[in-house]
Amino acid sequence: MTIYIVNIFLFLFKSIDEYRNENPNPVFFLNSLLQTHSLQDLRQQAAIASKVFVQRDYTSGTICKFQTKFPTELETRIDKQQFEETIQTLNNLYAEAEKLGGKSYLEGCLACLTAYTIFLCMETHYEKVLKNIAKYIQEQNEKVYAPLGLLLTDPIERGLRVVEITIFEDRSIGSR
Amino acid sequence: MHLGADEPPQECQYTQICTRGSPHMKKRRKWRVFPGRNKFFCDGRVMMARQSGVFYLTLLLIMVTSGLFFAFDCPFLASNLTPAIPVIGGVLFFFVMGMLFRASFSDPGILPRATPDEAADLERQIDTSNGQTTAGYRPPPRTREVLINGQAVKLKYCFTCKIFRPPRASHCSLCDNCVERFDHHCPWVGNCVGKRNYRFFYLFILSLSLLTLFIFAFVITHVILRSNRKGFLDALKESPVVVCFFSVWSIVGLSGFHTYLISSNQTTNEDIKGSWSTKRGKDNYNPYSYGSIITNCCAALCGPLPPSLIDRRGYIQPDTPQPVPLSNGTSVYTTPQMHSHMCDQYQCIQSTKFVLQAAATPLLHSEPVILAGGPHLPGKTSLAGHCGPLVPVQTSIPSSMPGLSCGGELLALRDVDAHCRHHHFTSPDETPSPPQPPMPPMPLMPPIPCATHVSHIHPTQLYDPASQDSLHEDSVRGLVKLSSV
Repeated sequence: MTIYIVNIFLFLFKSIDEYRNENPNPVFFLNSLLQTHSLQDLRQQAAIASKVFVQRDYTSGTICKFQTKFPTELETRIDKQQFEETIQTLNNLYAEAEKLGGKSYLEGCLACLTAYTIFLCMETHYEKVLKNIAKYIQEQNEKVYAPLGLLLTDPIERGLRVVEITIFEDRSIGSR
Repeated sequence: MHLGADEPPQECQYTQICTRGSPHMKKRRKWRVFPGRNKFFCDGRVMMARQSGVFYLTLLLIMVTSGLFFAFDCPFLASNLTPAIPVIGGVLFFFVMGMLFRASFSDPGILPRATPDEAADLERQIDTSNGQTTAGYRPPPRTREVLINGQAVKLKYCFTCKIFRPPRASHCSLCDNCVERFDHHCPWVGNCVGKRNYRFFYLFILSLSLLTLFIFAFVITHVILRSNRKGFLDALKESPVVVCFFSVWSIVGLSGFHTYLISSNQTTNEDIKGSWSTKRGKDNYNPYSYGSIITNCCAALCGPLPPSLIDRRGYIQPDTPQPVPLSNGTSVYTTPQMHSHMCDQYQCIQSTKFVLQAAATPLLHSEPVILAGGPHLPGKTSLAGHCGPLVPVQTSIPSSMPGLSCGGELLALRDVDAHCRHHHFTSPDETPSPPQPPMPPMPLMPPIPCATHVSHIHPTQLYDPASQDSLHEDSVRGLVKLSSV
């Protein structure tokens, strides 16, 4: 089990330098990194058994919110509470990005007055929150999901439609 | 010329000749393999719909009218009244142009198509919910019912993008993309108007109406002042009044209409279909409205701007499956390495088809050749600008027809028929894009007796010189490839 984890991190660190130049977009960098490299190399030890998709929850309107229903395929892999906590945190982060309030109105008005040229210099609030989300997902993957043989994909890479969870078959040392 | 299987894997696109044979893996940006019908400029920074002829007309009209105003009226007005007039006019003009470019060149809120795994997962879910169906039997249109703030809303399945469309999203048949909070496809702006560029579009028409009113008012002032010295008709000859006069009414009308839509938080689509009208039912209300007019306006204009979901300028990762747009409109997912292997065989087949197509072109009349029947539903016939059925309803053909004619009737009843007249004019004028060779567009395939402008466009599309050229070009390529095999 530890060899499995160590290998993931080794490959991650090795490839940071490799990919830094090729993928300049910071938002997608980390996740594409995790995606391609970790998937490529994990395949040597573990194959992708299946993928689970957590769909969007539209009961509150068009805001970005994911269903917290626990998928049956993950029952043997992860704690229900842990999963729900991750999804709930993601939902809260997206709600914060799309929140209508004094701050967002101010940003909108300022942008309009400068004919939207201000966004050449600074990021929108939404983009800042998306970066936080990417960091959170990477952190969750490292701490919680990778040790369990799972991988979360940042929803922004799937057009904010689904949270894709890749389940890896544990071939290395026995099965859980 | 011939690509062997032992060559290093390289990214191949089916719409181009894979004869470059570069030894190194050249990084390509994702916009090059974008499956929708969009045009990209400045290396993916700018995107527009494929048919952008009317956009250039808009640009021309605005610039010519403003140019004439600044050249002929401003000197007189600045010296006789106040120099603030040209200054204000200038500021308004730059604002209008800025908003126009922003509305035209940005991503309206396109939803990326589903990855093959997602699509497969959805299919599985749908099959289990529908029960087992026999092979060959076409299941009924897929819908999901969702309760949003107490109102039941149906989510439709998009066969092209292979996703369940979020509420308020719609598939634009002209751009072949699902767009979030789809308002309409505006030919004048040369792009769809959706979640991400609605505010720019609104500010554009608002500032344009202010500019037109401004120019109109001061041109009249100029004419009056001059006619005190000369005759009225002579003075009139020196001013660009005519263009202003017609555009004032249509643009002001359109601004008024969109102001109403924003205050009630509806899209043009929903308003025309009467989705939230009380006529449908006593309990029918708009679940997306925030309650107050001010909140609705603020949310639409000053709310947070969501980022683009399609990563246009990202690089294609070597092992990530990318959608390869096939000429029949559907897409196939292959990794770039698989591309080169599949490329050869596919090219062989394609080239043969190109040659046959080219040979058969003069004989083509009303039967476009379908190369590979995709599950492309008809109902993409919303060529009546955006006053017709704005949502290409993914149901059977007949329902799209009443939509087209209903659109016309509904429009006749509307007070703001100015804007509709406006847009109706664009449909016959709108030069249809050259069909993606070798496919004359499938949407026109189902024989629709009514909509005259649909059939009107049909033969022109086939005899469109631009499409002939591209077809010709491809047949030549095909011949070259065949000879190399």
